[in-house]
This record gives sequence, C-alpha cells and structure tokens, in this order.
Amino acid sequence: MSNPLVEIKQLDLAYQKNLVLSNVNLSVFEQDFIGIIGPNGGGKTSLLKAILGLIKPLKGSIRYSFDKNEIGYLPQGSHVDESFPITVQEVVASGLERGLNLGSGTSRNRKLKVKQTLEAVGIETLHSRPVGELSGGEMQRTMLARAIISSPRLLILDEPDTYVDNQFELELYALLKELNKTITILLVSHDIGTISPYIKTIACVNRDLHYHPTNEITEEQLKVYNCPIEIIAHGPVPHRVIKEHIHK
Amino acid sequence: MGRSLTGSSKSTFTNNMDPGHLLSYGFFQHAVLAALLMSISCGIAGTYIVSRRMVFISGGITHTSFGGIGIAYYLGLPPLAGAAVFAVLAALTTENLTRRKILRNDSIIAILWSLGMAVGIIFIYLSPGYAPNLMSYLFGSIITVSATDLWFMLALALAVAAVFVLLYRPILYVAFDEQFARTRGIPVMFINYLLIVLVALTIVLSIRTAGIILVLAVLTVPQNIANLFTKRLSHIMIWSVVLGFAASMLGLVLSYYLEIPSGATIIFTLVIMYLMARVIKVLTLER
Repeated sequence: MSNPLVEIKQLDLAYQKNLVLSNVNLSVFEQDFIGIIGPNGGGKTSLLKAILGLIKPLKGSIRYSFDKNEIGYLPQGSHVDESFPITVQEVVASGLERGLNLGSGTSRNRKLKVKQTLEAVGIETLHSRPVGELSGGEMQRTMLARAIISSPRLLILDEPDTYVDNQFELELYALLKELNKTITILLVSHDIGTISPYIKTIACVNRDLHYHPTNEITEEQLKVYNCPIEIIAHGPVPHRVIKEHIHK
Repeated sequence: MGRSLTGSSKSTFTNNMDPGHLLSYGFFQHAVLAALLMSISCGIAGTYIVSRRMVFISGGITHTSFGGIGIAYYLGLPPLAGAAVFAVLAALTTENLTRRKILRNDSIIAILWSLGMAVGIIFIYLSPGYAPNLMSYLFGSIITVSATDLWFMLALALAVAAVFVLLYRPILYVAFDEQFARTRGIPVMFINYLLIVLVALTIVLSIRTAGIILVLAVLTVPQNIANLFTKRLSHIMIWSVVLGFAASMLGLVLSYYLEIPSGATIIFTLVIMYLMARVIKVLTLER
C-alpha cells in the first residue's frame, strides 16, 4: 500500500491529566472514507482535534504526508456565537485563508470560489445573509462550504448531520460520496445506520480505537470490541435500540 | 457649577449664541480633534470588543488603570503613563489567566477591577500636597486636552486603523471562530494579544476625554446603534466612528450651552441616539 496521509501511532490524549484516548493507532490512506463511531465522551472529537493539531498528544505521534493546512474541517455544531456580525460569504471565504495574510482583498478568484462552493451546497441565495439569521440546516451547509472550499486533501467532519433535516442529510451524504472520489474523508457520526452505505470503513472510538475494514458492523462485532454505540434500525416505523455495554 | 468639573471658564463668551464662533477658541479646536481621534480608535476597537463580547473585560482594564494613575501621581510621573502600564498588564493578565483556565474569566476581571481602584485610592491618599483633580480622570475632560495628548491620540488612532485595515480578515476569522482559524494556520494567539493590547491603549487614551467611568459607553453604544442596521463587522466599524464623532460634537455643543459637564453630556447624547435608533428600527420594520 502507498504511504498513509495520516499515520497515528500509540497516541495518548489527555485533558488536565484525564486520559481521553489511550494507545490509538490509525492509518488514513488516500481516498479513505472512515466513519468514526462511539459513545459521547468517548474521545471522537478529541481524536479529530489531535489530527488537526488543535490539541497536543500526551504520548505517541501523528505523522502527515501532506501540508496540515490542507485539511478541511467542520466542527461540531453551534460552538460559534451566532450573533457575531459576519455573513455567509465571509464565513465560507475564511476556509480559503492560509497563514497570516495582509489586506482585506476580495479578489475575483476568491469571490468565484465562494460562489461555486455555495452552489455546491445549495445556499447560493444566502450569500449576504448574517449567520444569526440562518436556520440550523443552513448554518451546517455554511460550515460545510467553509470546510470544502479549499479543495482539501483531507476532510474532517464532526457530526455534520446534527441540526439538519432528512432532505439535507441525504444531499449531504450524496455530496460527500462525490467528494470522496478525490478527497479523503473522516466523519464522526452517532448514527451508524445512516452513514454505513456511504463510508468505506469504520473506526470505533471509546478511549481506545478499533478499526473495522468494512462499512457494515454487526451487533456481535460490537460486543467483541466493547463498542457501546447506538444501533439505529431503519424501518417503516422509526425506532432505535440503544445498546449499552461496559468498556474495560 | 458643572463647569468646574471640566476645569474651564466660559464667562468670557456667554453672550455669543452662534455655535460657529466656538471653533475660534483653541480649547474647542482641541476638543473637536480629541473627539475625532477618540471616535476613530474607540469606534474600531469598540466594534471588536462588542462583537467578541469583551465589554466586561474592557471595563476591568479601564478601572485597573486607575491604580497606575495613583502610583504615577505618588511618584510624580505622568498619570497616563502609569495608566497605560496598568491597563496593558491587566489586559495581558486577564487574557493569559483565562486561556490557562486558572480562574474564571469574570472573577479575574472583578479582582483586577477592584484591586486597581484600591491601589489608585491608596497612592493618591499617600501623595503629598493637595488631592489631584480625580473627577477629571473619572469623568474625563475633553475641553482641557493638551497638544501632547492630541499627538498621542493621533498616533494611536493611526495604529488602530492600520492594524484593522492590514489584518482585517485574520481578525474577523479569529474573532468568529478561533479554533477554525487555527486550523487555517492563522496565528491566533498573536492576533488575540495584539488586539487586547490595542484595546488597553485605546482605553487609556480615552480616559483623558471620556474618563474611566464613561469610556465604556464610547466603546459600546455607537457599535450597538450601527449593529441595529448592519451585520457586517467592517460596516459597524465605519458607522461607529461616524456616530461616535457626531454624538461627541452634539454633546460638546449641548454641554457648552447648558453649562453641564461635557463627558457626561456626550454619553447622554449617545444613549438618546441609541433609543432613537431603536424607534426608527421598529418603525421601518413595521412598514
């Protein structure tokens, strides 16, 4: 196999001495589409932040075979102040920024890129709308546009399907599948049922990480790996079965 | 009676009621320039403060600087130099302790706020001779601004404007979403510390004109008026400068004719303008 894009070896992560991840190993290869699942507080978001370089590992290493600025990132919902005076097009354009640039230049090239990306996520009519006037779904589309505008090598999405309607959820995954032809994707979701047709492989994160080189996961496997996730059954009557089990 | 607070006498020109003649007085020319320069730096820096919800931090910085004024008086140094040192230290301490999660942000601010005032009072009490005109530091004195003050204010206004023009996009992106800005390789800490220092200096140089107690209004009211009508950071900045200057001029002229303190009149004018803007907003929305 070729060189991995990201190679994580024996990674330990901690917040103020509280270990959130221990001995995590994961190699992300070109054109992977990895679904990261696991319980809340299991360390999914921390793993993504470590890959983004937002938190420093306690132990172990993360190696990249590309420029870390070529990662597109969609953070977990609503961590921003929605009353902040900024418009959709300004938010999306921020995804093009690299390092410290002087000037407030809005070149024709930037404007065109923003326009194309807004069209790709279906919100071209909202370009001058302040973020405070967006619905939850429109906000997520804006954040997705910001993540993909730079045509990143690696796209990291932290629960992009929260606050969105079913219609956009389907569009979102169809779009991601299309993007995956050229872009490697890491996707955190709590809904394995919805993502499984789109992802290629699964990583189950709950303090440690188990990698499953398939896009299907059975309850039996979950038991073996002690992965306490929600199994959501899709049928004519919406219902969910929540599996609980103890992690070591 | 009110005039004694601002240290000016107007007995010589009471008979002339035409505002135009005011400009022929040196003190008034200084006041107009001071209002303009203060409106530029406070309009821009205030927009940053308001949109990042840092108004309380700014209040802390403002009051902590009083400690520097007290110590400078005691040592016979220029009071505003002492204020500048204290304001910058307060800004850096607040930013640093908050980031390292050593103390809750609002608790740090409250402690520095009262500590600064306490230090100021103690050292002014200890200073030999008569107590300095405290009122002019608490409420400002725009009509006694000196030429030296104006040069400092000009330098600051230019620095603030230059930083925001040159670093507009990084500042906007860091202020909106620090974490994402970091993933784009923007030096988030550099931007944060640079701006908190600029905010501290803006506050100190506004103490001369608006005073410790009133400066917060100049940093927040024009911004909130502008924010009623526009949701773009750059537009809020420009409108805040214009509105701040307009209110200062109106307040200055009113204070002259009504014989009341200028700083307080400017703040009063600003708040009235805000209320009027709200009414206009409601009326235009209902149409």
